[in-house]
Amino acid sequence: MSKESSFVPKGLYPFKTKLIITLALIVVIGFYLLSSIKTESFIFHFFVKLPNVFGLISDFFPPDWSYINQVWPKLFETLHIAIIATTIAVIISIPFSLLTASNVTTNTWIYQAMRLFLNIIRTIPDIILAVVFVGLFGIGAFSGIIALIIFAVGILVKLMSEVIETIDMNQIEAIRASGGNGLQTISFAIVPQVLPQFISFSLYVFEINIRASLVLGLVGAGGIGQLLNTQINFMNYPAVSTIIIIVFAVVIVIDIISGKLREGLV
Amino acid sequence: MSGQLTLPEKPKSKFSLYKRIVIFIIIALIYIWTFTSLEIRWDTIFSESTLDNMDRIIPKFFQPAVEETGNILEMMFETLFIAYTGSLAAAIIAVPLAFLCASNMVSNKFLNNIGMWILGGVRAFPEIVLAIIFVAAVGPNPFAGVLAIAIGSTGMLGKLYSEVIESIDMNIIEALEASGANKLQILFYGIFPQVLPEFLSYAIYRFEIDVRASSVLGIVGAGGIGTLITFAYMNRNWEEVGMILLVIIITVTIIDQISGFIRKRLV
Repeated sequence: MSKESSFVPKGLYPFKTKLIITLALIVVIGFYLLSSIKTESFIFHFFVKLPNVFGLISDFFPPDWSYINQVWPKLFETLHIAIIATTIAVIISIPFSLLTASNVTTNTWIYQAMRLFLNIIRTIPDIILAVVFVGLFGIGAFSGIIALIIFAVGILVKLMSEVIETIDMNQIEAIRASGGNGLQTISFAIVPQVLPQFISFSLYVFEINIRASLVLGLVGAGGIGQLLNTQINFMNYPAVSTIIIIVFAVVIVIDIISGKLREGLV
Repeated sequence: MSGQLTLPEKPKSKFSLYKRIVIFIIIALIYIWTFTSLEIRWDTIFSESTLDNMDRIIPKFFQPAVEETGNILEMMFETLFIAYTGSLAAAIIAVPLAFLCASNMVSNKFLNNIGMWILGGVRAFPEIVLAIIFVAAVGPNPFAGVLAIAIGSTGMLGKLYSEVIESIDMNIIEALEASGANKLQILFYGIFPQVLPEFLSYAIYRFEIDVRASSVLGIVGAGGIGTLITFAYMNRNWEEVGMILLVIIITVTIIDQISGFIRKRLV
């Protein structure tokens, strides 16, 4: 009995699990060493460069508040780009999301083709879209708007089609059985089920678009990014920190407003 | 039984008429403000030169510069290394911050809020703005990209982690405490087994996002394939832009598939 009472299990996990975890850890750490050497970012680089970071932070302060008057027009342009792009993207993505929902589009070929197309669109980073459209349409807000529309449609259609796929089909059947026509089926069975999420996702995409449009100017697609680019090239760090603080404030305010609106919706 | 069929009343909206009018006016004002103050030079956009550009540029995307593949792949690997180093660092830095934010781990409301503010503040910066700051600080090299990705990812991962921690089963911890386990034992046997699969899943998901993010960091000089984009674009070398785009699309798709597979196995 005394032998059994002093029994201590060797471990909580079986040997095989331990082996797999150990191997995974070795792979993760090995790849980390490789990549940190390749990118010259081994932990000790961090401590070597740390004084630089603090030195730079003192360059950024105090922010140049007199520069703020030049910031407003470009900031508003950024907001306008985001508003227009989101609106158009929402309108475009409604028919597209119906085509990408498997319960509405029963034709497998169209459904698969749409999914593949959207998956490809989603892999292209927003700035590269902006680069291409600036090449096509020239420098200015228009290129930024087109780039953001395509970027936002990719995200919105995925989110919206997933919502449409999860709706309760019984309601559609019930409306059809009681003699509703196609339009009545949509307005009484589909729209009430998906509308709150549609609006919520539109606001979410608006948040993403605000962030994206802040930096599109780096490649010449209009908005505050253009100012940022110029001031960095002039090494005018106090002005840069003014822009960054304003960007920071705008993003937070819009996130809070849109978060409150979305909480009320869903 | 009057024999006359009537339609049921339409469901009432939760907003009163007054509220609806106010919301409508606010939205209308925002749009009026937007459309009146945005300057778009339609005459230059719908002109001969745009059509010329389209003729010149679009066909080149479909004949990508295959001879540059070696060079582009090398930079793509650098991009992957930046994303990997950055997101691994973030996955580790985010853990203590997440514990600070989780109200069932740190019962001090004030500390919770500080943690939330740090994470929220970090999340508000777009990665590329962080990259600009770090390029100015440590010079135009991949290290700046790694720092930007690491800091940028910490915000999102910390928030997701803290939500995971808040949803764990506290009975297990109580049971461990009752049987006399110390804090460290509770951490290793009570908390980690519950949260690790989801932590890993989120970290891998964030790696997916970071691959996309780090492929554009080079535009501001923070290393990776973005550097090539800038050069190709400045030289109007659209065949090369097409090839870079192709490499990015293929790489991101492969990474997404692998990470989706691993995440399905984990949770």
